[in-house]
Amino acid sequence: MGKINQKSSRWQRFLDNDIVYSFLTTPGAMIAATITLIAITATFAAPLIAPYNPFDPAQISLWDGKLPPAWTDGGSSAYLLGTDNQGRDMLSTILYGGRISILVGIAAVFLGMLLGVTLGVISGYFGGLTDTIIMRIADVQLTIPGILVAILINGIGRATLPLELREEFAIYVVIVAIGLTDWPQFARVARGATLVEAEKEYVQAAKLIGLPKFTIILRHILPNTLRPVLVIATIGLALAIIAEATLSFLGQGIPPTTPSLGTLIRVGNEFLFSGLWWITFFPAIALIILVFSVNLLGDWMRDALNPKLR
Amino acid sequence: MAPLLLAGLMFYFIINRLAQALLVMAVVSAISFSLFNFVGDPVNNMVGQDATREQRVEIRQQLGLDDPILVQYQRFMLNVAQGDFGLSYRIKQPVSQLILEKLPATLELVFASAVIAVFLGIVLGVFTGIRRYSWVSKTIMSVSLIGVSLPTFIIGIGLIYLFAVYLRWLPSSGRAGVIEIGGWKTSLLTVDGWRSIILPAVTLSLFQLTMILRLVRAEMLEVMRSDYIKFAKARGLANRAIHFGHALRNTLVPVITIIGLNIGGLIAYSVITETVFQWPGTGLMFIQAVDFVDVPIMAAYLIFVALLFVVINLIVDILYFVVDPRIRRGGS
Repeated sequence: MGKINQKSSRWQRFLDNDIVYSFLTTPGAMIAATITLIAITATFAAPLIAPYNPFDPAQISLWDGKLPPAWTDGGSSAYLLGTDNQGRDMLSTILYGGRISILVGIAAVFLGMLLGVTLGVISGYFGGLTDTIIMRIADVQLTIPGILVAILINGIGRATLPLELREEFAIYVVIVAIGLTDWPQFARVARGATLVEAEKEYVQAAKLIGLPKFTIILRHILPNTLRPVLVIATIGLALAIIAEATLSFLGQGIPPTTPSLGTLIRVGNEFLFSGLWWITFFPAIALIILVFSVNLLGDWMRDALNPKLR
Repeated sequence: MAPLLLAGLMFYFIINRLAQALLVMAVVSAISFSLFNFVGDPVNNMVGQDATREQRVEIRQQLGLDDPILVQYQRFMLNVAQGDFGLSYRIKQPVSQLILEKLPATLELVFASAVIAVFLGIVLGVFTGIRRYSWVSKTIMSVSLIGVSLPTFIIGIGLIYLFAVYLRWLPSSGRAGVIEIGGWKTSLLTVDGWRSIILPAVTLSLFQLTMILRLVRAEMLEVMRSDYIKFAKARGLANRAIHFGHALRNTLVPVITIIGLNIGGLIAYSVITETVFQWPGTGLMFIQAVDFVDVPIMAAYLIFVALLFVVINLIVDILYFVVDPRIRRGGS
């Protein structure tokens, strides 16, 4: 026995974990995780690593506007990916914009998760009329494509705000709109997991010894619903980033004063016809890479964490 | 099961689904109605900034905004049931008329992309299902995976840059070559119209095309393993007869269902596609209405889309009931 214990050090046990093992043997997952990590680190460290601060007027010069990428004719080595119409460095705006895209995505998924898991667990645990009402609402919402629901909620949210506050609060409206669009997925998964757990003996035992419902739900059932919820959250993050980009591209999302990747693509799109392709191309590529790697990560997680979902 | 019992069961099933559909519509219409009251001040939207106090009071009374909320809701529902959504705040025209004007553009776009998606989806699906291991199939499958994960608007921008800006083959936006036939404004009968619909239709169809392709392929793989196909091969039938006469036919039921369900998706995504290509349909009108907080149009579009989805889901549910005996057994 002693020998075995010695062998399985904490590190060894970590490596033997089935999820870690699956991660280390799936190259796609490792690449996706690396890219996602780099993207998150780079965008969040944007004020430190970006060559310029695109929102500091002192660092912007209109003379440097519309410069192509450094490796093409007329490009300047000072601006690796070129500059936009206002002379802002593309690389820097992409880093700052990516930060907003990721932040909005994470916040929206978190909101949807909070709402969906709460409602889903309540629905699954209590059943009956509560369950019927909550899941009916979720069903109705799921019949309409998510992006349309997001546009509608976002539009209503913007419209209820006074005109002068609309730009300032746009980011929160977008987060709420996407979060309210996301929740049915989480509710379904959490409800399913709750139904399974509530039947198990340990929950019956907890009920028997007279633990309050709140404690049973929070301490016993909730932790066991988290695996499938995590899968939905990762795939949901990619979808939320796309939803935000789409809203911003439609001019309904993040305003150009603090642009996200979608806003940058929208702004750049206006210069596509004058041949200034890089203003829209690089933000689009950044968005695609980001969404792709998060998606890949989500796919791997679905396979590794919950074979039943396949 | 006795025919009479079946008819009764079906009746119950349809009534049940109808009740659900009505409930959804009631909720959606209540939301649309509340838009009028909570989003902006309708009087301000009608008269502008420099109206006098008396004018405002008069318009409030004219619009019946001082009536109890339930009376207002009832009036709203009666009007909506007759297709009257009021006047657009911005354009000052009846909303129903505006929607009817824009609807042909959207329907033609959706129709064109549905045709592309169904035709290419089935052809490519059958091909990749039969020639599973050829490199062409593998290429098609990888490309289709990319197509599914790219945001619609980026595909649109990419196509515009390639075909309109770089190659200059097709127009980048708008709906050209419109002619009127019996009150229906169509752009499908002129060369200019065809040229202008290609890019938006392809953009809109890509996602559905991929779904249909993957579904047909999966179904083909499944069917090709079945005994009756082996028997058909043993009988020495020509490959084409086996693939298209026997195999494809049996994959079509799920495919038709998916196509039916996805028509709604096409109309939803047309909001994005129409904005990218400035295609003058209902989606673009809706986005512009949201921009200007044109509540009557927003409310009407909301009800229109909800109605569309409710009707499509109802039809699909009933079709399922008719086609799939297992659902009947589950109901009894």
